[in-house]
Amino acid sequence: MNTSVMKSATTLPALPAAAPRRQRSPGWLLVSPSVAVLLLWMTVPLGMTLYFSLIRYNLLYPGENAFVGLENFEFFITDAGFMPGAINTLILVGSVLAISVVFGVLISALLEAADFAGRGIVRVLLISPFFIMPTVSALVWKNLIFHPVSGILAALWKLFGAQPVDWLAQHPLLSIVIIVSWQWLPFAILILMTAMQSLDQEQKEAARLDGAGPLAIFWHLTLPHLARPIAVVVMIETIFLLSVFAEIYTTTSGGPGYASTNLAYLIYNQALLQFDVGMASAGGLIAVLIANVAAIMLVRMLGKNLTDKS
Amino acid sequence: MADLKIRNLQKGFDGHAIIQGIDLDIRNREFVVFVGPSGCGKSTLLRLIAGLEEVSSGSIELDGREITDESPARRDLAMVFQTYALYPHMTVRKNMSFALDLAGTDKQEVERKVSEAARILELEPLLERKPRQLSGGQRQRVAIGRAIVRNPKIFLFDEPLSNLDAALRVQMRLELARLHKELQATMIYVTHDQVEAMTLADKVVVLNGGRIEQVGSPLELYNHPANLFVAGFLGTPKMGFLRGRVSALHADGCEVALDAGCTLRLPAAGTLDVGSPVTLGIRPEHLHRAPPEQAQLMVGTDVSERLGSDTYCHVRTDSEENLTLRVRGDFTCGYGERIGLTLDLDHCHLFDADGLAVARAVRQAA
Repeated sequence: MNTSVMKSATTLPALPAAAPRRQRSPGWLLVSPSVAVLLLWMTVPLGMTLYFSLIRYNLLYPGENAFVGLENFEFFITDAGFMPGAINTLILVGSVLAISVVFGVLISALLEAADFAGRGIVRVLLISPFFIMPTVSALVWKNLIFHPVSGILAALWKLFGAQPVDWLAQHPLLSIVIIVSWQWLPFAILILMTAMQSLDQEQKEAARLDGAGPLAIFWHLTLPHLARPIAVVVMIETIFLLSVFAEIYTTTSGGPGYASTNLAYLIYNQALLQFDVGMASAGGLIAVLIANVAAIMLVRMLGKNLTDKS
Repeated sequence: MADLKIRNLQKGFDGHAIIQGIDLDIRNREFVVFVGPSGCGKSTLLRLIAGLEEVSSGSIELDGREITDESPARRDLAMVFQTYALYPHMTVRKNMSFALDLAGTDKQEVERKVSEAARILELEPLLERKPRQLSGGQRQRVAIGRAIVRNPKIFLFDEPLSNLDAALRVQMRLELARLHKELQATMIYVTHDQVEAMTLADKVVVLNGGRIEQVGSPLELYNHPANLFVAGFLGTPKMGFLRGRVSALHADGCEVALDAGCTLRLPAAGTLDVGSPVTLGIRPEHLHRAPPEQAQLMVGTDVSERLGSDTYCHVRTDSEENLTLRVRGDFTCGYGERIGLTLDLDHCHLFDADGLAVARAVRQAA
């Protein structure tokens, strides 16, 4: 407001109408293609999903596409899988976030503090799980580690004379959490390790002179310094963890029952196993809603953190 | 009390000797400045005293207590860093009280000490701010405040003013000098800026290549540099050097034939032999312009630098040696002219072949 008043006051009376317009138009012209493409990209699928969610659309009954109002939403929410799916999604996101942040901070702090030969190799090894495709890592975990007969854990259990655990059957959600954490912990380490290196050495030295031991330095200097990268890790991981699918599909297929079904898997289940595209679309919109609520809450919680520090 | 004794201190990194055997005594309430070119080991020496680096050999003693292997926090020293090293997420108050809080000092005591330090440094209105909301000079004051609240035996400063702009640097320099008087504290100060060294110090330690070149009061060093390095390092513009040989010896001095083409009779009382090579040093303010018939030396002029109060004329002798002379601000001399110079013989410094100063005759001692 102030600046525009100032501007009009200082510009010459002959020019004011032409000058701002000429400045604005090429800008709009130049960005319009990308804006248009993005709009199309976003609005067409969203519009189609909205449309599908309001009609009866079952692949088993082609041609019967009557308008049904909010019936699809009602069915999706009252579906037996919805509550377990929503709760599992929250548990999955929450526990993987907790694991990757806590262990990410500890591992990168240890790595920063310790000075040993081959530190570079250890760093690469720590980060490498992130580069493995979710399907591949899930299969590796399923067949080589969790498998009750041929898995490493089974061999370990047998070594101590215990009954091997059928992880995917007995602790399906825990198993998924472990697999997904294994993939996302490296991401946290990657971000936090680089952030750790940017901690001012003189600050640490000043703290040492002030009588702070390694623990006090970690608590009073390192952790506050990591607040922002931790916020970044939490935000990015939340986005990806809300839509975990491949790990569930290749290992437990959401089972037993709905024990390891999350919302993404439930939607897939509706659309391609029960052929009810209308209900799946309704589920998709509900998932978008939940993701947005979670995102807004996170931004509120951490956004201050992000903008606060300079 | 704060008497620091450093004995034969050595420090090497990966086989490179950075500090090569330093002996130094720092007395209570002294303001000591370590000065030298970059890489001379002055910062390393300070960090060794602070305990941030491990000593390779030698000893450091504070008030008769051996602190060579003591942890930094237990040495009763406080340090102010070049980048201030304030804790960015803590308020000014918390920054200053951090050390006391860690030590578990009584809350009221902490409060008293912090407000006392804030009063001295005029930081009271800023106590609840975060470091990023402060200007460079204010941050510097907080860093000093953080040192003051600990009431250390010795304050250590590692180039504290080099991140400030020129005007602020002058102001902070004055404040530091005032602080030294007010707190009656012992301070060790590292800088590469010889103006800071000259203005602040009670005692200047000139370091070069990990060794002490000379220790003394600023004027002692300026007027009686012990060797060529100190002579060339202190003073702006630099002292001019002329090569020559001793041509004759007298009871009260010697005659020196300069390569630049003149023979001077100097009151030097050192042990010189006829024919031995010497270097004559002369500061810009002791060179004077003279008409050619009275001149001791004829030189060609190079560029001049006008500062307003003074003009520095850079001149070149016939033996291709550069000299600078300091003349009045309204004086101009053209480029490439030939002018005559006289040298103030009482203020010439003579250095022998090893670069060590030759003692002057008695009448110069005063």
